[in-house]
Amino acid sequence: MQQATNSAAEFAVEMRRVTKRFGDFTANDKIDFQVRRGEVHALLGENGAGKSTLMNQLYGLYPPTSGDIFINGEKVHLASPKNAIDRGVGMVHQHFMLVQPFTVTENIMLGRESAGALGILNEAHALREVEALSSRYGLSVDPRARIQDISVAMQQRVEILKCLYRGAEILILDEPTAVLTPQEIEFLGTIIHNLTAEGKTVVIITHKLREIKKMAERCTVIRRGIKVGTVDVASRSESDLAEMMVGRAVSFAVEKNPARSGDTILSLKGVHALNNRGLPALNGIEFDVKRGEILAVAGIDGNGQSELVEVLTGLRPIESGSVYFRGDDITRYSPGRRIEMGLAAIPEDRQKRGLVGAFTVAENLILEQRADRPFSRRGVLDLKAIKRHANKLIERFDIRPPRETYLASSLSGGNQQKVILAREITRNPELLIASQPTRGLDVGAIEYVHKRLVQVRDEGKGVLLVSLDLDETLYLADRIVVIYEGKIVSVLDREEADERKLGLLMAGGEAVHV
Amino acid sequence: MLADSLAFIFATTLMYSAPLIFTALGGVISENAGVVNIGLEGMMTLGAFVGAAVGYYANDAWIGFLAAGVSGGALAFLHAVACVTFMADHIVSGIAMNFIGPGLSLFLSRFFFNGATQTLSLSLDVKIPRPLNGVFEQNGFFDMVFNQYATVYLALLMVVLLWFVLYRTRIGLRIRAVGEHPKAADTLGIDVFRIKYMAVIASGVLAGFGGAALSVAIVSRFSATLVSGQGFIALAAMIFGKWRPGGTLAACLLFSSAQGLTVFLGRADLQRLLPIPSQLLAIIPFLLTLAVLVGFVGKSRPPAAGGVPYEKE
Amino acid sequence: MSNVKRGVLSASPIFRTLFSVFTGLLVGALVLFISGYSPLKAYRVIIDGIFSKPSYISYTIIYATPLIMTGLSVAFAFKTGLFNIGAEGQFIMGALGAALAGAFVSLPPVIHAIFAATAGIAAAALWGGIAGYLKARFGVNEVIATIMLNWTALYLNNYIVNLPGIKRPAATATAFILDSARTEVLPLWKISEAGKLWRAAHPVWQDILRTPLNVGILVALIGAVLCWWLLNRTTLGYELRAVGHNLDCAEHVGIDINARMICSMAIAGGLAGAAGAFHVLGWTRQAAELAAMEGLGFDGIGVALIGNASPIGCIPAGLLFGALKYGGSKLQFALRAPIEVINIVIGSIIFFVSMPKLTQIVAQRLKRRRLGRGEPHVG
Repeated sequence: MQQATNSAAEFAVEMRRVTKRFGDFTANDKIDFQVRRGEVHALLGENGAGKSTLMNQLYGLYPPTSGDIFINGEKVHLASPKNAIDRGVGMVHQHFMLVQPFTVTENIMLGRESAGALGILNEAHALREVEALSSRYGLSVDPRARIQDISVAMQQRVEILKCLYRGAEILILDEPTAVLTPQEIEFLGTIIHNLTAEGKTVVIITHKLREIKKMAERCTVIRRGIKVGTVDVASRSESDLAEMMVGRAVSFAVEKNPARSGDTILSLKGVHALNNRGLPALNGIEFDVKRGEILAVAGIDGNGQSELVEVLTGLRPIESGSVYFRGDDITRYSPGRRIEMGLAAIPEDRQKRGLVGAFTVAENLILEQRADRPFSRRGVLDLKAIKRHANKLIERFDIRPPRETYLASSLSGGNQQKVILAREITRNPELLIASQPTRGLDVGAIEYVHKRLVQVRDEGKGVLLVSLDLDETLYLADRIVVIYEGKIVSVLDREEADERKLGLLMAGGEAVHV
Repeated sequence: MLADSLAFIFATTLMYSAPLIFTALGGVISENAGVVNIGLEGMMTLGAFVGAAVGYYANDAWIGFLAAGVSGGALAFLHAVACVTFMADHIVSGIAMNFIGPGLSLFLSRFFFNGATQTLSLSLDVKIPRPLNGVFEQNGFFDMVFNQYATVYLALLMVVLLWFVLYRTRIGLRIRAVGEHPKAADTLGIDVFRIKYMAVIASGVLAGFGGAALSVAIVSRFSATLVSGQGFIALAAMIFGKWRPGGTLAACLLFSSAQGLTVFLGRADLQRLLPIPSQLLAIIPFLLTLAVLVGFVGKSRPPAAGGVPYEKE
Repeated sequence: MSNVKRGVLSASPIFRTLFSVFTGLLVGALVLFISGYSPLKAYRVIIDGIFSKPSYISYTIIYATPLIMTGLSVAFAFKTGLFNIGAEGQFIMGALGAALAGAFVSLPPVIHAIFAATAGIAAAALWGGIAGYLKARFGVNEVIATIMLNWTALYLNNYIVNLPGIKRPAATATAFILDSARTEVLPLWKISEAGKLWRAAHPVWQDILRTPLNVGILVALIGAVLCWWLLNRTTLGYELRAVGHNLDCAEHVGIDINARMICSMAIAGGLAGAAGAFHVLGWTRQAAELAAMEGLGFDGIGVALIGNASPIGCIPAGLLFGALKYGGSKLQFALRAPIEVINIVIGSIIFFVSMPKLTQIVAQRLKRRRLGRGEPHVG
């Protein structure tokens, strides 16, 4: 359909019948996408729906298989991000593209360095530019700090500054709120408002309905690679949007039995531990987990959650304090011994700690039980028994594709998580630690994981949930503890907690400062 | 006596360190760009041969030195093609270089020098010169220590130069970014492949120089056992030096000083005082390195994306 | 990205190896051609040099034996996530241990050989274990540690070999091992009167027994199978592989990664040590002073890589390597062509082995041509 040149120019971005295929897999199927100049436009879809793929083409990371892209009315062929940057497109990726050991300024100027003769860097000049941009848009950063030392929220601001430093007029933010507290999300909303006030166009890729309602004017919904529609945000409710996103009615009602908690199964007393860089990460942590309950640890990333889980699983030494499990002092116990005692953990990085990618699904399903009967007899593996066990679990947990000889690395994120869940749950642990159990999963897989965790709790076991997702925390938790700077600053029952309260506590309980 | 001994040790240290420094710096620049180069030994060997052969035929050691760099770079180009364009395993490709380099060197040596596995010597007056000859009082302390081949001073200069490039220039920032987080660099429009190619070729050039620093400076010809393992020592020095030019220099000096000490203790006058068999003396540098590693260095951390082929999605 | 089932890549490892060998030989042919030698003649010399006489075949096997074992050493280490450049030093320690136990201890035949071999293997396993310990306890990179240990082993060997009481008069080597420790096939019988008569009646064996054919090859073959079995059918092998593939996950599920790393290096060391031990017991019968490293350990890295880092793969890879080295040694005499062309060939083979993507592209092109204009299989 022909578009008159006039109306085409009203769109900052127009993508016409864009299709993207990776081999046999179609990620985007003839998508039409228009963004008006100066608007805040949300791109909504589940994990894996194809929204990032669509925007990656706008940023020049790869070309469309077919279809056209127009920027400010002009047809463009973007062979690389450099082309996109030259045309005023900037992108803040979901996983930040920051070089950890470099400073904020170095990261911002990388690729467009201010340099003198012979390429000698002129950092002072870049520093001044960064400070100027920073104050103009209200993006406070410490230009001399190293990325590995600054907070996640500041890192995000660095990423936005990177775009602005290159003169971006169109900014794409990929899942910007996934790592932020409620207060930081509000702050981000202000920043976006400042940007559009200065004439910038903002596209937000997200699956968070609340943020769309708060920040966006229009919303395009993508489902399984196909555009479902574009709507005015104000005229639709969250459940309308959810239905468009998932394709069926989604209920937000809590379908959980009340907890029937018993006696204490895990207890931490005055635990101190250091992080990888030798700095204090846990500063006297104390809390209990009871049988038959889900205790959630809420907090901003980087306040000691990872170290806490490592201390509990035995992968990190404790400087002082003790951990009691089933009445025993397990402070000095090895990981293997804790596993024997009935401790199970779903690690936060499933590919790093949860699976051996090069092993088959069957091999992965016996990781903790590799030396036990019936899988191993006098040191020799019983392959038939391992295969039988694997097939049983594949069926029970609906792991796809249902072949125990497949390599774990070839499974999708959701199925990988199911393998880990299957393995940990069927060992019948007394305490299950779940770290970010639904990170990167689609709605169906998320529902499944939640159901299973509640099941474990209903069987009278203890569940310790560590999650950065407040919605998940509020949904699953029976009790909540808030971690801040390596200490527990608050213990709440679920009924006492709400998003606002938790957000404040997570930020240190004082007035907002990010 | 003490001054004499110290001078001897310092002098030997500096002299032996030049080939190691060049080669190890080659490793540093390559690995900072994220490409592991264990083929330094092969590139060093090839450089040693080419430097001696070209130097002999051109009757000029400097021409040989430059040619050595070119040859090292050419071999490194193969490594770059494998690792960067074809996503090869860096280690496997490096091992291939360690077969091809010496193999080619000996092959060509036999070809150009009548079937011999060594080249003919350069005459003493066309070897790499000693620029500070005659400046100091003959056989005095300063003369012994500082009257070195020009390649020694070049090597030290190279350390400063590489440090400056890596940490004070635009290209250095990009090289390090590519080694730490190639995806980030790519999304900012940096040509990751080109930077990796440049770094790997540069590493080969430097390794070639290292080989020539052996064959046309310290000695005056190439032979089959000339390099034998020093490329690996340079590799160790790089890891020891935590992939930074300054640390690498220190590691090279530590190593060659241990060798200097070994030669020193092997001298006849000292053997009378302290009769240690020469074979046991020879072990000192290696055990010393291990001891230092155990005691001081601890776990070393290479660039985050080192050894991982970069694949655009 | 792509869902890859085990073994459904368009270029299987066997194809990749064959392609690399072929291309490597092509490179060698090119080098020879450019230098004015006839590649056909040269390769003819090599093939004749390997196959044309029974004794040649025997020598090829003898050359290949230590290479298979050092290849196993490196391959085993690779499978467990470690790079064993130290095979050279472990080889030396194995040879030294076996030589000393073979020369200075008195035991009945066969038992003596087993004892001497065990001594060598134990010494080498210890040598490998040291590197493993340094890595596990102190975080010392195993590449540096094993390089240092290689040189240490060399000089230690030279020192011990020259000690009075151990040194053989008029030679820079240990006393010869006693006959009871030899693993050569019928070494005494074949030069006795009865033996010579029998040999004269059997020309093929006459030729073969001229060579130091020894049981080492059997040890190598059994060793390869044992390695495969250990890695794939036992819990220990499972743990070693887990540590090799994903250290973090192995730690998380309670595997003692430090103990396993030491174990891997010790086993790898023992394998390289076996190569050295049987080299002495079957062929050289002594440990000699070394001017430089013999290179068998280093070559083992090449064998492992050509063999796709799998224990069973080391057998054909080791045989190929041995054949090329032995056959190539005849080039100098026959054609006055430099034997180092073999190193170039081997280097090129490894070079092509390193690039699975290249062979994948070639395989796809070949498939496409065979299928007409069909869509290529691609992950």
